[in-house]
Amino acid sequence: MAWTWFHRLGSPPWIYHFAGRVLRYLLPLTLLMLCVGAVWGLAFAPPDFRQGNSYRIIYIHVPVSVVALAGYYVMAIAGAVSLIWRMKVADLIMRVAAPIGAGLTLLALITGAVWGKPTWGTWWVWDARITSMVILLFLYIGVYALYEAYDNKTLAAKACAILSLVGTVNIPIIYKSVDWWYSLHQPASIKFTGGTTIDPSMLYPLLLMISAVYALYVCLLLLGLRAGLIDSESTTNWVKREVLGGH
Amino acid sequence: MSTSLFTKVVHRQLLLAFRRPAALLNPLTFYAVVIALMPLGLGPERQVLADFAPGLLWITALLASLLSAETLLRSDYDDGSLEQIVTSGGSVYLAALGYVISHWLITGLPLMLLVPLFSQLLSMPTEGVLALVASIGVGTLLLSALGTLGAALTVALRRGGMLISLLLLPLEVPVLILGAGLVERAISGLAIQGLLSILIGLAVLAVTLVPIAIAASIRISLEV
Repeated sequence: MAWTWFHRLGSPPWIYHFAGRVLRYLLPLTLLMLCVGAVWGLAFAPPDFRQGNSYRIIYIHVPVSVVALAGYYVMAIAGAVSLIWRMKVADLIMRVAAPIGAGLTLLALITGAVWGKPTWGTWWVWDARITSMVILLFLYIGVYALYEAYDNKTLAAKACAILSLVGTVNIPIIYKSVDWWYSLHQPASIKFTGGTTIDPSMLYPLLLMISAVYALYVCLLLLGLRAGLIDSESTTNWVKREVLGGH
Repeated sequence: MSTSLFTKVVHRQLLLAFRRPAALLNPLTFYAVVIALMPLGLGPERQVLADFAPGLLWITALLASLLSAETLLRSDYDDGSLEQIVTSGGSVYLAALGYVISHWLITGLPLMLLVPLFSQLLSMPTEGVLALVASIGVGTLLLSALGTLGAALTVALRRGGMLISLLLLPLEVPVLILGAGLVERAISGLAIQGLLSILIGLAVLAVTLVPIAIAASIRISLEV
């Protein structure tokens, strides 16, 4: 009936194979998008009239930052699903989303610092957005560390779900307070590029890269999910069949 | 029956605190020592200390609250009291609320009363003292709510000490920003009612909602 898809989500072998089928098409597509987007953005998009070629890091920095922010909600929603419906798959998604999100946030901070050096003249500024990203990184690391600290992984998932839900309620408050703190301490001395809007010739490769990084995120999530399923179900028959061959 | 679980927890925690005054004095002593270290690190110039005073007083309050949160539920977990609370059939939410309120009464309230003294050690302008007392009083209530949550999440773990600061500090950022900002505004002669209202609003939100998460975390910790 209409709800069978929902019940299937409770079946690890079905999820495992479904993720495999999705990856078979999504992984090549992601790599293609990444290559096309990167070459388009890094080589063919016109240089910025103020920043010259140094602005090109935007094609990595912006997509990575956008997905790093969205990733927290993926983690929190997976946590809520795991608390409400006790779904093993949601537990695993939450567990996998934490290190991926932390990695993307770190990458966003590093690319931002690299971009900041030629444009702002410094590696680091305590700007509202940067500060929010640093706090986001700590929130991700906190969830990951809490999960690893529990020996019983079912309980670890529950504890992390509670923490990430509290974090979700707190994130808007953190962002608002950081914005307010920034405007209190220093007026907006640093503006992004002088231009008001972004030209289509620069925008299209950026949009492509954002979609590519989203796709990459889904790929990494599914790869991690498959590995997690094999790990947590290692004593069951379907995993033995899967690992010992004979598809 | 369930209403008495709140008063029972508060009564018990206060009794324990007054029978072992170390629990009451340790956070305050820690606060005093850290404040005394500040001039040693920053230099004794009054102006420098006065400029940094609101931030320093608030950061130290955050650290002191972390220090006491770590051991908040430890003994009750070890001796089985937490398990008795959950199996008693009473509301775990009210018990969690009791832990939050009693933690504030034991650590937040004394700090609120003594913080004017500490502010003068850093030669903070007296215009900010009332704002400091108000912001520490309301802010530590938020810190107690989050601290109890951190304690409930990590009480069953053997190496929870470092973890609790990693979990709590990012969540406590708004308290630090609003609390220290409020004192700075008061020192510059600006109105603080708006900010104080936001802080009080957040405290009400935390005290009413966080115990739900604390209760769920206590149940998880008991299963370990």
